[in-house]
Amino acid sequence: MAPVSEPILTLTDVTVQFGALKAVNSVSMSLKAGERRAVLGPNGAGKTTLFNAINGSVPPTSGRILFDCVDMTKMSPQARAYLGVARTFQITNLFGQMSVIENMRLAARGLSASKFSLFGSDKLTSEQDGRVHDSLAASRLTGREDVIVKEMSYGEQRQLEVAMALAGTPRLLLLDEPAAGLSPAERSFLADIIRNLPRDLTVVLIEHDMDLALALVDYVTVMQNGRIIVEDDPTSIRTNALVQEVYLGKPHVVAAETLEGDTDARGL
Amino acid sequence: MSKLLTSPLRAFAALAVLGLALLPLVLPTYYVSVATQILIFSVLAMSVDVLAGFTGRTPLCHGAIFGTSTYVVLYTASVYGLPLPAAMLLGVIAATLLASVFGLLAVRTSGVYFLLLTLALGLIVWGVCLRWTEVTGGENGERGQLRAALGMSPRQLYSGVAVVVALVTFVMWRFVRSPFGLTMRGIRDGESRMASLGYNVSLHLTIAFTASGFFAGIAGALYAVFNDFVSPSTVQLSQSVSGLLMAIVGGIGTLFGAFVGSFLIIALEQAVSKVTERWLMVLGLTFIAIMIFAPEGVIGKARLLMAGRAEPKTKA
Repeated sequence: MAPVSEPILTLTDVTVQFGALKAVNSVSMSLKAGERRAVLGPNGAGKTTLFNAINGSVPPTSGRILFDCVDMTKMSPQARAYLGVARTFQITNLFGQMSVIENMRLAARGLSASKFSLFGSDKLTSEQDGRVHDSLAASRLTGREDVIVKEMSYGEQRQLEVAMALAGTPRLLLLDEPAAGLSPAERSFLADIIRNLPRDLTVVLIEHDMDLALALVDYVTVMQNGRIIVEDDPTSIRTNALVQEVYLGKPHVVAAETLEGDTDARGL
Repeated sequence: MSKLLTSPLRAFAALAVLGLALLPLVLPTYYVSVATQILIFSVLAMSVDVLAGFTGRTPLCHGAIFGTSTYVVLYTASVYGLPLPAAMLLGVIAATLLASVFGLLAVRTSGVYFLLLTLALGLIVWGVCLRWTEVTGGENGERGQLRAALGMSPRQLYSGVAVVVALVTFVMWRFVRSPFGLTMRGIRDGESRMASLGYNVSLHLTIAFTASGFFAGIAGALYAVFNDFVSPSTVQLSQSVSGLLMAIVGGIGTLFGAFVGSFLIIALEQAVSKVTERWLMVLGLTFIAIMIFAPEGVIGKARLLMAGRAEPKTKA
């Protein structure tokens, strides 16, 4: 594993193009191991596409992605998972018909050969069981193992998103709007879960709720129209004029336009 | 899954197994052979269910995979004079290889494209069997001497088939309950999630397809012994369709529903064709009725009803 000061993830001129649209436009960024990073920006800024490029579900059109000195630009999502990249999904992507423990079994076996057992027992090994136990505890879902996922509350489903990503003991965790659609009480509960994640885990967080995000991270990247416009620490981001402009609209304009900018920033 | 929910079904299954074992003692010879056919087609329907019910990919080529095994068994036994076990083994191997090739070609698609691609692959097999007359006998098909060589009575054949089917059913049950079985269900419900967890979706689907073809091949080899004759109609589309219908009627994703589906469709065919030649019309109407009133199939519906009874106050 890389020493703490070495970057664990380096993006160089990463571009993701859909036809004429550059959803991610020549983005370069670098994350230290154990860093917590927020990626902010209005809807359509390219945040989720950036995640898809890092996770491999939409490989970059050009540019380079290094993870712990391995060039994974052209790797499949499953190959990146083996390197230690895990993600959650903005739109809940769980196995709704199955119980929590079945979801966790799939998550825990994703990186081990036992997933190829064609006629063996469905029980986990004690090592896998330990990982499932720890991930459920970290996501505060202990005791909910036998509940069918689609019968859980939405908040618990968001917790399970995190638990499944943790079960493979990743080194890089990509959280795509983990608190999307949650009530304020549920949000602070989920923020606690994220805050208490192991400190050696590198976390990248996409979030619309700026207060929630800034309270959780060491460093912030703000995107707009596929490009990085600002990178700074949370305190400076709060007072950064450019960020306020992106989120709240330009100052000294008529009230109607200000409102419109505000609505955009809230993702409507 | 709660134990309350499955235990009455288990008791019913135990009764059904007992009934199947005692059947040949009481039935007239003709019906014993119908029962043998039901058992063989149950295995075909289960092999379809492995893909359709567990991976969510509905295939229309399993009749062709099944029939390839039947052709190979009859050909190698009658032309090369291979002993029956060796011929059957070759039949199953041929079906498995064919399925692995079909799998490689088909697993990158899903939904209606998967359906159409597998349909086309099945039609190729049918075309080959029809035209490659030197080997397959063309439309006249191929008649074997397997039954005569075995010297088994219909009752003995039934018992032999029942033992093989019981073993295969147990193996398939283990298969769908294994870690790999859970993987198949995961792929059915969320491919992008599976990939991000480290699963190579195409590879797992190819393995599932090959395993499913292996089971269909066993059914085809049994059918060779049972029928002692094979023609292009054994590999044609309607064979694939009836395997799928049996799986759907019994309940997709239930595995054992295949027995119910196979029984209902073959029994209906026997009963209706005594009265009218338009048996396919009756089958079509029955199928429509099932799709409207019990789209989850007979076993699926029974499970739902029992779950309703176990928890009378369901959703508000």
